Amino acid sequence: MRSSTSSTPFSIREFDLPDETASTQPLLEVDDLRVSFATRGGVVQAVDGLSLQVGRREVVGIVGESGSGKSVAMYSLLGLVRDSNVTITGRVRFEGRDILGLPDQEMRSIRGHDIAMIFQDPMTALTPVYNVGWQIAEQIRAHGTATKQQARTRAIELLGEVGIPDPARRIDQYPHEFSGGMRQRVVIAMALSCNPKLLIADEPTTALDVTTQAQILDLMSTLQDSYNSSIVIITHDMGVISEMADRVVVMYAGRPAEIGAKRDVIRSPRHPYTWGLLGAVPRVESKRSRLVTIPGTPVSPLDVPAGCAFGPRCDYRFDACSERPALRGDGGHQDACWLDERQKVAIRQRVESSIGSENAS
Amino acid sequence: MGLFIIRRLTSAVLVMFAISVLVFLIFFATPGVDPAARIAGRSATPQIVAQIRHEFGLDRALPIRYGLMMDHLFIKQDLSSYVNIGDRVVPQIISAAPVTLSLVLGAAVIWLLVGVAGGVVAAANRGKFIDPLIMFFGIAAISVPAYWLGEVVNLITQSKLHSSIFSWVPSSGFVSLSANPGQWALHLLFPWLTLAALYAGIYARVLRAELVNALNEDYVRTARAKGLSERRILLRHALRCSLISIVSLFGLDFGALIGGAALLTEVVFGLPGVGQLTYTSLQNLDLPVIMGCVMYGAFFVVLANAVVDVLYAFLDPRVRLA
Repeated sequence: MRSSTSSTPFSIREFDLPDETASTQPLLEVDDLRVSFATRGGVVQAVDGLSLQVGRREVVGIVGESGSGKSVAMYSLLGLVRDSNVTITGRVRFEGRDILGLPDQEMRSIRGHDIAMIFQDPMTALTPVYNVGWQIAEQIRAHGTATKQQARTRAIELLGEVGIPDPARRIDQYPHEFSGGMRQRVVIAMALSCNPKLLIADEPTTALDVTTQAQILDLMSTLQDSYNSSIVIITHDMGVISEMADRVVVMYAGRPAEIGAKRDVIRSPRHPYTWGLLGAVPRVESKRSRLVTIPGTPVSPLDVPAGCAFGPRCDYRFDACSERPALRGDGGHQDACWLDERQKVAIRQRVESSIGSENAS
Repeated sequence: MGLFIIRRLTSAVLVMFAISVLVFLIFFATPGVDPAARIAGRSATPQIVAQIRHEFGLDRALPIRYGLMMDHLFIKQDLSSYVNIGDRVVPQIISAAPVTLSLVLGAAVIWLLVGVAGGVVAAANRGKFIDPLIMFFGIAAISVPAYWLGEVVNLITQSKLHSSIFSWVPSSGFVSLSANPGQWALHLLFPWLTLAALYAGIYARVLRAELVNALNEDYVRTARAKGLSERRILLRHALRCSLISIVSLFGLDFGALIGGAALLTEVVFGLPGVGQLTYTSLQNLDLPVIMGCVMYGAFFVVLANAVVDVLYAFLDPRVRLA
């Protein structure tokens, strides 16, 4: 292309430019996403100013307790929140194109084709009355011109890729004839059927037993390599994050508490909530008989405190916490906490050494 | 699937047999009743009673008596009425059955079409103006009794407006399908609509509730995430799963109506169907006719349920294994 069309160096630049922006531009940019529901009890702010970027082939983990708004955020950017009382504001760009509030017709051509989803509970995510091959083929045919036979061949191929033995036979079986782990593989095969650029996985392993969880995570990593997809993985399990993610967004009460590379967030977490989450991961070597928890309960979405949402549960709160902290920090690693850098390091070291000494004793 | 159908039909035959035994025992083995005397009639001489007792095998062991009775009922078909001596039971039922079948089949087509369409449209537009409107008509149709609605329809079409817009409505009665299909449909049009109103209302309301439930299911969210159109999600995914409960409801209603529960509509519109036959035989305590009607009704209830179970297995793969 370059050699055949260009005669001067200037035109080379012009031709190169779009390529360059395409490779550096994030696949998904979410900017100040806010999702609120008008309920009888008042306005519930489910997502309150979430901004994040997902690069190509990047795996971003969103972690937080139940009700922290992590799933709602992803559903709303795909137009899957159908509540008539919902208000969604902000900006979502996919490959540079604004997709928030697109008409349903256009959104449908993105859903399942460019952005696919994997759901939490494989037992209920598939329509019970159709065999799995039909359901996979349905998606393939919704986004292209494949014939029934081509779609079926592709479906068999996909089932094989996700590790279902004897796919040519099992394609005609119904969801109830598969185990939970196998069903999740079917859901993954369906999600991959149109070679999506972005895969959103909503707690894909939560409903599975531990050994199956590991297999499904392995499978997702392998497939991510072969399909070159980006993944957003929603989870409350720090183990899943450390296994899968390149970058992590920690959410609390609909707000991002900490964002950074996995290494930074796990090794040197800065937000007290992240300390709590990491501290709550059970350790085999620990002699404590009770599981570690974060004291208190998640804030009611109807009654989020005026200042820092985590304030009421935080051991380190002080005067400044009555105002809402913004995300601060250097480009890669940001957190929303009023404690200054040195205080955080000091507290973290103290906490870590106390956990260490407990483990040792 | 084939095996399932065979198994289901076999069990239907067994149920039929059990019902026939039960009905026989209730009608002809109840202590203190002499069936021979009833068959012979009030003015019969003891010789005739004895002759009938022997003919019907009423002096023999219970199982043989049962066999002979079934022989009279189904094979010889010469069991006759207690009240109108000489009136054979089986031909009476056979002549009444087409009337009831015509009435119920036609009404069933109407109520399924209207009920399913109403439920789907209401569910697709839930929260909008048309949804409560359809549900209002549904509850109104359920609340109006068939005999009242039938009488009002008769009053309007046969009397008040018969000279103007409803002059094309024939007087009540039945014309068989083979004799004149056009007249058959014309005579049955208002009975159909009257009978269908109640069920269309019920089905629309039930289906709407089922659909609204189904639309909140996880698999519908999956279907949306696949990028399917709302129409396809509603019809291919949600409706397909919701139809399962409609089908089981239909089996019960259809069987019961064929079996004689359409009585009120038959009486109001002067249709000589099985419901009316049962009604008159009950008034006269005409045991053989009652027995025949009960057996006939049971047959259709069992048959309808067997057909429904097969349909059910067709709609829901999870049932096929059971």
